[in-house]
Amino acid sequence: MSNSEEDFNFAYLDEQTKRMIRRALIKALCIPGYQVPFASREMPMPYGWGTGGVQVTAACLQETDVLKVIDQGSDDTTNAVSIRKFFERVAGVKTTENTGKASVIQTRHRIPEQVLSEDQILVYQVPIPEPLRFLEPRETETRVMHALEEYGLMHVKLYEDISINGEISTAYAYPVKVNDRYIMDPSPTPKFDNPKMNFCPAIQLFGAGREQRIYAVPPYTKVISLDFEDYPFEASRAEKTCEICGATNTYLDEVVIDDKGTRMFSCSDSDYCNSQKS
Amino acid sequence: MEQILKAKAINKKFGDVYACNNLSIELYTGEVVGIVGESGSGKSTLLNCLSGSLVPDGGNITYLDRDNNWLDLLSLPEPRKRNLLRTEWAFVHQNPRDGLRMAVSAGGNIGERLMAIGYRNYSQIRAEATEWIEKVEIDAIRLDDKPSIFSGGMQQRLQIAKNLITKPRLIFMDEPTGGLDVSVQARLLDLIRSLVRELGLSVIIVTHDLAVARFMANRLIVMKNGKIVETGLTDQVLDDPQHSYTQLLVSSILKV
Ligand SMILES: Nc1ncnc2c1ncn2[C@@H]1O[C@H](COP(=O)(O)OP(=O)(O)OP(=O)(O)O)[C@@H](O)[C@H]1O
Ligand SMILES: [Mg+2]
Ligand SMILES: [Zn+2]
Repeated sequence: MSNSEEDFNFAYLDEQTKRMIRRALIKALCIPGYQVPFASREMPMPYGWGTGGVQVTAACLQETDVLKVIDQGSDDTTNAVSIRKFFERVAGVKTTENTGKASVIQTRHRIPEQVLSEDQILVYQVPIPEPLRFLEPRETETRVMHALEEYGLMHVKLYEDISINGEISTAYAYPVKVNDRYIMDPSPTPKFDNPKMNFCPAIQLFGAGREQRIYAVPPYTKVISLDFEDYPFEASRAEKTCEICGATNTYLDEVVIDDKGTRMFSCSDSDYCNSQKS
Repeated sequence: MEQILKAKAINKKFGDVYACNNLSIELYTGEVVGIVGESGSGKSTLLNCLSGSLVPDGGNITYLDRDNNWLDLLSLPEPRKRNLLRTEWAFVHQNPRDGLRMAVSAGGNIGERLMAIGYRNYSQIRAEATEWIEKVEIDAIRLDDKPSIFSGGMQQRLQIAKNLITKPRLIFMDEPTGGLDVSVQARLLDLIRSLVRELGLSVIIVTHDLAVARFMANRLIVMKNGKIVETGLTDQVLDDPQHSYTQLLVSSILKV
């Protein structure tokens, strides 16, 4: 492997590949929630490490962008650090941990607590883009179901949840309907984050590398979580207070803080937590 | 009585094999038509062409829908066709695995069609699923069990409940009691027959078992090598077969 920066085009991908991805992104933005196939490229990291998100970010980045990368809400996990380093090196862009200062945010498993703005892009890393797959493994069939808006099956999954657990127990990747049309998997974010997608001022882009799919939610688009009349959707969170910043309205992680197994609740969004502390 | 389904000159070839050779059939409202014939005679192929899961090479099929419109099935747009399959029609497969979702509970299976047509109240879906599982004589305690742990007969009952919950008008069955023990088969046929009468369903049932045909069907169509060799009222065909092939079929059954 060469260490020379000149070996890379800006943001790693060649311009032709970026054009191809941008075309897919534009199509995805025109048909909110629709999965657009794209020719995913080999990236210098294994699948499952956000190759889809990385390609989308690479296709969006400009030299003036400021990039933030989070994994489970945190900027300093291995995955987040390595993706951030990667773009520092191949694009030379500024990076930040401050949600408000970022123009592009690549994320795995969370949406930042701070409300996003119109001049931001949120890029999600997606492992499995097809929300219907759990009950219908045939891709030919799920495509027809999307095309004809045959979404009864999604409610069968929620029905199963209630009949087994007495409530809708799906806590992550909770299915949503976008713009009154397509059913979409919001990637494995906690359902607590679902309402943030609704009429979000920022552009939301989703990249699935292994499965070669891109989908998107344009700014200010209706995103509704599926439910039953008598079992309405709830954006639930642990009913605790962050023991670091005292927040009572954020999504919390339960972490072990010493070798005696002592546990503590704290904000999963580390930047938000830091900003609330002082 | 008026017709509900009309098929004219249906052809379907697989390579050199004429599975359906210029077949015409009519079904009247509330009628049960049995299609009988030896293995390979083209019964399933005909049923699949009629129910839209196979596209015939030639011919014409029309269906009178709930709103009294004759629909040309071969040129019907795909969304409307799939909608018919979920609402006005039902298909009971020989193998329950083809008609059930084995990873979904019995209740989820039965409720699927309701959810597909827009039911969004869990308690209501559950109540109707409970009613239907009891209607097919399965204990309602089993509502949350997966069909994979059901016996073959119970799976078949479940498939029937799943299909009938949206009160279809036309039901296609391909050897619905095929793999079952004789005593299980008899009870299931009893159940199917009483549901068909109660709901006033029009039925096309494929079987190679003449006893099943006699029990279920008002009228019979006898097939051989992709052709219809004889049709008529069930008792007539079985008691006084005209065609030599039918005579052979009937006598071979009686000899057993
Ligand atoms: N998909 C297919 N490809 C090729 N040949 C087929 C196909 N389906 C059916 N055939 C042939 O068409 C003929 C009619 O088959 P079909 O399955 O309709 O018979 P059947 O009367 O239902 O028989 P069985 O009682 O065994 O179910 C047979 O010769 C069969 O081998
Ligand atoms: Mg057959
Ligand atoms: Zn905090």
